[in-house]
Amino acid sequence: MDLDFTDAEQAFRAEVRAWLREHVPESPLPSLETEEGFAAHREWERELHSARLSAVSWPEEYGGRGATPLEWLVFEEEYHAAGGPGRVNQGGINLLAPALFAHGTAEQRARVLPPMAAGAEIWAQAWSEPGAGSDLAGIRSTASRTDGGWLLSGQKIWSSRGPFADRAFGVFRSSGERHRGLTYVMFPLDAEGVTVRPIGRLDGKPAFAELFFDGVFVPDADVIGEPGDGWRVAMSTAGNERGLTLRSPGRFTAAADRLVRLWAERGDPADTALRDRVADAWIRARAYRMHGYAVLSRMHDAGSEASMYKVFWSELDVALTETALDLLGPDGELDGPWLEDYVFALAGPIYAGTNEIQRNVVAERVLGLPRAGRGGR
Amino acid sequence: MRFTLDSEQRLFAETVRGLLAGADACGAARAWGRGDHAPGRALWRALADAGVFALAVPEEHGGAGVRPVELVAALIEVGRHGVPGPVVETLAAARVLGDPKALAGIADGSLAATLALPPLVPYALDADAADLVLAVHGGALHRAEPAGGPHRSLDPARRLFSCSPAGGIASAEASPSSAAAEFGALACAAQALGAGRRLLDTTVDHVRTREQFGRPIGEFQAVQHRLADTLIELEFAGSLVYGAAVAHGGPDSARDASAAKAAASEAAYRAARTALQLHGAIGYTDEFDLSLWIRKARALHTAWGSPAHHRGRVMAALTGK
Repeated sequence: MDLDFTDAEQAFRAEVRAWLREHVPESPLPSLETEEGFAAHREWERELHSARLSAVSWPEEYGGRGATPLEWLVFEEEYHAAGGPGRVNQGGINLLAPALFAHGTAEQRARVLPPMAAGAEIWAQAWSEPGAGSDLAGIRSTASRTDGGWLLSGQKIWSSRGPFADRAFGVFRSSGERHRGLTYVMFPLDAEGVTVRPIGRLDGKPAFAELFFDGVFVPDADVIGEPGDGWRVAMSTAGNERGLTLRSPGRFTAAADRLVRLWAERGDPADTALRDRVADAWIRARAYRMHGYAVLSRMHDAGSEASMYKVFWSELDVALTETALDLLGPDGELDGPWLEDYVFALAGPIYAGTNEIQRNVVAERVLGLPRAGRGGR
Repeated sequence: MRFTLDSEQRLFAETVRGLLAGADACGAARAWGRGDHAPGRALWRALADAGVFALAVPEEHGGAGVRPVELVAALIEVGRHGVPGPVVETLAAARVLGDPKALAGIADGSLAATLALPPLVPYALDADAADLVLAVHGGALHRAEPAGGPHRSLDPARRLFSCSPAGGIASAEASPSSAAAEFGALACAAQALGAGRRLLDTTVDHVRTREQFGRPIGEFQAVQHRLADTLIELEFAGSLVYGAAVAHGGPDSARDASAAKAAASEAAYRAARTALQLHGAIGYTDEFDLSLWIRKARALHTAWGSPAHHRGRVMAALTGK
């Protein structure tokens, strides 16, 4: 058992660190969830791509570097330690791209991935519906067969990045009920028949959107996997959304280090209750980092264990940013990076499957407890 | 990087687990609490024969060299099976002792030691059963003598003694106090983690079979979620404990041991509270063996430094404040 990096991994770390030191903007970009900030973050994706750092784990032919999972973890540590901007295309890079690698065609990969890596096309997700949140299999928006493709009708909601993104992906019902008969499609958000209505999140910023579909045409070429097999395609990447990939350990170790610095600057040593919360946040961030190394060392699909990580990181994120606001005292309510992070963190226990659902998954699939009653009993 | 036990380490952990599972550790713990040390000493010899104590003793004194990862793996099993006796204290003593004869005795299992380190560890655990009682006073390692009978602990298998220094003994460390405190905290964290795992596993088994309202109580989400949270906390604490073992002896050694102790104590204690609540009244009885771990988890929460103490150590290491 060891925690050693190879020379190649250390060289990669050094290269990433040096590049980021040169290129990360000195003052934070405007909020990702505003029109101006979205544009600035898109520009940043282009810059990252120029150094082939926007999707390091992808094969080189699509704009990546073929980085190993551990190198990816190293990249993330360096990225967040350097204070790198939020990743506006994370839905595409972390959710859609894995689905394309696992279930897409070579043509789809060649067409979709390079502009995604280059920041030329920013992707939003379209999973939830007004009647299908945690219970995602309750999807009612439809994809009906037409000549050469499908016609989308219905409504999606809570589409992150929806207000300003170029394209979106999601599952629609083409037949059947519940998990059967769902079809995974990609579509442009400016297609005829799509209406995008931005929704202000808790602080009013248009972070997500409601999407309305009125006979939106999607060609067969933009269906991922087999029609009707969308649940399986979507679930094969659910672990990415819940686990290490979406919220890497580096994000939290960097935030915890910033929190410790904030404590060193502003903390009252006599206030041991607050000191303990800072310490706990740092300890938990380190635990997540260690756990990430353990997961990669075991080299098996995290599967249901991803639900454990999701509960852990989302609650850590809230605790960490809450603690920062308390440290800031009366300044905690003022606009600033910690408040932005706090508002962002508050959504964590809800999206990607609420933490209540994740605990059900952990109880049933990791601990082997009997399936809980699902109402009606 | 390979941050997981290698096949040899896994085999070693399985060996320790197997030998403890085949022994009546519960019976030994009950006897130990009554002052009958014989079954506990038999377990002790079995652990020594498996090579556990040698893992804290340098090779020139009959040990295997200090092997924190293997030790952590073994101590998780010690905690899981509720082994009584000053295991952690003997390992902490081995880490700082310079006396060749005592070290050789620890390695071969013929010598059980205990160690007080006031104010962090004010009492010598099981001084009546130990062959060598030590105390760190004024920054130096001393032989010590118990003064008076045992103080009663919540955990009857932990017999705590006040003691006073009674002559010097060689230490291998310039600062035996900090070296023992750090190693004891790491070892205790691993023991607590094992106790927490046992509490969780036992409780999961219980809620699968215990029926109320015509169904296993494990079907209730309130029960499921509590167990899920307990598992999550133990899992992540486990990574910290192994991380601290790998980091042992490096520049962040003390900081990481403190982080591991704070997290493992909290996780084990949460597991104890969960176990007690989900077992209901039977879990609150002395007679039911679950009590061995519930009481131990509470005692280990503050043994070798409370979580608050170790959080303070982490912050001091990070900020100097």
